[in-house]
Amino acid sequence: MTIDLLKQRPTLCATGPAGSRLALLAILAFAIVLQSVPVSAAVDPAVAKAEADRVTVVEKASSATVAIFAPGGQGGGSGVVISADGYALSNYHVTSACGKAMKCGMSNGELYDAVIVGIDPTGDVALIKLLGRDDFPFAEMADSDQVRVGDGCFTIGNPFLLATDFKPTVAFGVVSGVHRYQYPDGTLLEYADCIQADAAINPGNSGGPMFDAQGRVIGINGRGSFEKRGRVNVGVGYAISINQIKNFLGHLKSGRVVDHATLGARLSSDQNRRPIVDEILDDVDVFRRGLEYGDEIISFAGRPITTVNAFKNVLGIFPKGWRVPLVYRRDDQVHEIYVRLRGVHREAELIARAAGGAKPPEGRPKREPKPGEPKQPKPGQPKPNDPPPDGPEKPPMPLPGGPAKEESPLPEIVKKHFVERPGYINYFFNQLNQDRVWKAFTARGDYSPLAGNWTVQGELLAGGDFQIELSDQASMISLPGGRAMVGMAGDLADSLDPPGSGGLLVTLGLWRRMLAGGPTKFGDVYYLGTAPLVGREGLFDVLMATHNSVESQLYFDPASGQLVAWEMFADTELDPCELFLSDYREVEGRMFPFHVEVRYGDGVYQVLQINKYAFAKPQPAEGS
Amino acid sequence: MERVKLKSMLEQNVRSCRMCHARVTTAFVLVVIALIVYSGPSSAAQAQSPLTNAIGAVQPKMVKLYGAGGISGLEAYQSAFLISADGHILTVWSYVLDTDYLTAVLGDGRKYEAKLVGADPRLELAVLKIEETDLPHFKLAESPPAAKGSRVLAFSNLFNVATGDEPASVQHGILSVKTQLDARRGVFETPYRGPVYVLDAVTNNPGAAGGALTNYRGELVGMLGKELRNSLNNTWLNYAIPIDQLTGIVDDIQAGKVTAQAVKAKSQRRRVNVAQYGIVLVPDVLERTPPFIEQVRTGSAADKAGLKPDDLVVFVGPQVVKSSRSLLDELAHAQDGAPVKLVVMRGQELVEVSLDAPEVELLEPEAREDAERE
Repeated sequence: MTIDLLKQRPTLCATGPAGSRLALLAILAFAIVLQSVPVSAAVDPAVAKAEADRVTVVEKASSATVAIFAPGGQGGGSGVVISADGYALSNYHVTSACGKAMKCGMSNGELYDAVIVGIDPTGDVALIKLLGRDDFPFAEMADSDQVRVGDGCFTIGNPFLLATDFKPTVAFGVVSGVHRYQYPDGTLLEYADCIQADAAINPGNSGGPMFDAQGRVIGINGRGSFEKRGRVNVGVGYAISINQIKNFLGHLKSGRVVDHATLGARLSSDQNRRPIVDEILDDVDVFRRGLEYGDEIISFAGRPITTVNAFKNVLGIFPKGWRVPLVYRRDDQVHEIYVRLRGVHREAELIARAAGGAKPPEGRPKREPKPGEPKQPKPGQPKPNDPPPDGPEKPPMPLPGGPAKEESPLPEIVKKHFVERPGYINYFFNQLNQDRVWKAFTARGDYSPLAGNWTVQGELLAGGDFQIELSDQASMISLPGGRAMVGMAGDLADSLDPPGSGGLLVTLGLWRRMLAGGPTKFGDVYYLGTAPLVGREGLFDVLMATHNSVESQLYFDPASGQLVAWEMFADTELDPCELFLSDYREVEGRMFPFHVEVRYGDGVYQVLQINKYAFAKPQPAEGS
Repeated sequence: MERVKLKSMLEQNVRSCRMCHARVTTAFVLVVIALIVYSGPSSAAQAQSPLTNAIGAVQPKMVKLYGAGGISGLEAYQSAFLISADGHILTVWSYVLDTDYLTAVLGDGRKYEAKLVGADPRLELAVLKIEETDLPHFKLAESPPAAKGSRVLAFSNLFNVATGDEPASVQHGILSVKTQLDARRGVFETPYRGPVYVLDAVTNNPGAAGGALTNYRGELVGMLGKELRNSLNNTWLNYAIPIDQLTGIVDDIQAGKVTAQAVKAKSQRRRVNVAQYGIVLVPDVLERTPPFIEQVRTGSAADKAGLKPDDLVVFVGPQVVKSSRSLLDELAHAQDGAPVKLVVMRGQELVEVSLDAPEVELLEPEAREDAERE
């Protein structure tokens, strides 16, 4: 910084007005002083090195930052490339002004076409993909939970859309606060668990990266507190934490409108400021897992919870449907449960709202009442925290399948990466990931010849033999206690035998149907994104598959490609039947699990230790 | 090597800067100072840890205050910090404190009812107290001075970003200059007349008043002032009051020598109007009514000083008076008991007079508010 200032001096001088002799004298005096002092006193080599390091870090970080321009020049913002193949993060409120395609300028002076991939309107995040290269400079993502108040940080972006030559603007600052909560506008644009910094975030910085001192992305800038001074930075900006975005990244790559999560229970502080369950719905997972009114929440998703805000912070970083641990206290007893989070919105509602459809009658309350809490600013006064700099009041995103808007024709390269389908932002990327997951799963063998009946034999861990028969028409199991059979043609949601399994036979029947027929013949299948599994490290690719009236979630290990879990939901208000598939071994050239744990509700129904698979030849279809 | 580069640049400057402006020199001087200042920590990564520690030591001393307000753009919150182990809290005197229900929330989320112990509206400070012991606190007496160009941290709950046990917001900046605020009377609407630290960061936001300004070692150097706008050019001043300006009165308040009531009375007495000098101005009917004297009451201070009807007041002390309103304002800021120098235009002549301060009676609070609303 200082060196740069010096470099600019001759220019300044050349254009400066006639000056005083004093100035000249002062300079001479300094020159003499500098000449007479030892080298080390002039510039500490460590300072010079720090300076050089910083310049390098900023240069590298700048090269991954993009200036986003909406087609036709109506708006724009910033973004950051996070992988060499061109995936880039920005704000939903930036890309919503752009529609399907946008132009992205990089610091090398090149302008690239980019296409929308997926959006998270609640979290104000959008994923886009820059096209035309497979070696884009990209920024590494940090672990934003390690960020501490006082850490150096810098923002790079396109404030006030200054970067007409695509050279981004850099602003240094310190982290002012971590795990901040900023209230949503209705149910959208909620900044939970965000990072507050005094590095300048101005209109146009939205969607751009906030870096740590080492040049790793710690967040995506998108919001600031403004008030009487107009929409310019007053040293209070907020970035969506990159750890939150990592949770959503798989979902964003699915080409969908991604939803956030709720617990289905509301907390409030009691007189000792402890977060207590104040209200709980009776049709949600957390209720079925045993949480009750009056329970004290101790930790959530591994983070200690001491206030209601802390709880909302944690809740805000997870996608709908994720299962996270919750620890609560009741009568001095501590209980740990795993809770499946439900969505904030209904699917159609979210898509409509993302499309700028009619506003819902009422958003969530701006602030949950906390008894005994200090007085809050009453409604009606100017909000201390404005919506993001570029404002959500931008023209709504023209969703595929939405009302036809006249648009400039898409560039050829964008057309190749865009598929319109109702309910999706860009179905191209959903198909891409479905294909990827299925290809990885079938890499060790093609299951499609196995269209005949399947027989699976083995022992129960609890003791006794079992035999399973699976066919197109029916699924049957023989257990030491007796036999059970369900037809695979009727309403599957009504056939949850054997009792206590949550629908093991239907699940096994669907498993066979998927393997033998593949996703295209199965029914409605789409790529959901990534999600964790209880007891397993990391995130898993999830396919959502609907057949008949039941919905299944299939979890694939991204490393091995194996199907590791199958959850069958007969009804959204019921617990799923869960199969955990492991000990894959080769059977006739294909991989099959030899250990299947069947779980339902809070417990394990059975553990199947398989010792034999037998596949009958497919029979010619009757009557056709 | 660095030295060589600097030297060559300097020589280049000398060659090419024959027509250089002093401003550039200033910039250069600042750069050199910056280089010297920067030479402490050798890299950003190494600097992080002590800074984080300093911040960690300050946070438990910060207090979030909640009180009156919440209407017409007035925030019902501000910042403060602990100055004794027994729960004395220093903050800025403001309307937020004008309530019987003042809540103080400590860094760990503990919540207390705070009582006003004493205040000095002229210094715009107030001392509150909560009933607690063994609290982490700043020792005002140990506050070091801060030099121009030094790096500082501002701790406050600006915009009420933090609630409960969430720590105050931290901003960084450089102390641009230490200067007198009263030089700009009529520009900055604040009763505070004294030295301030002017900061290069936007620290004085809604709710930030009463926050702590520290150096990079976490030592208290100032208290963040209120939001202050220059009424001439609409720019906002970011400043803090040096702690040494506050220690005396704070000690007095803590020692019980200054009570809240006495201070309120003192602040009210300051409101002086022209009538008390025996001056009657022409009716104030225009946006800028020229401050012509209509009458001078016999035997009054104005009479004794020799003021005459039809005199036009042009200066109060060093300040130019442009209207009746600004005359009232300037007189209101006159120091208690001290004579006021006026310059009036009488015909074509400028006449300087010295007015003895009148013995003034206390204004009722309502009347005072009316006066302030003028």
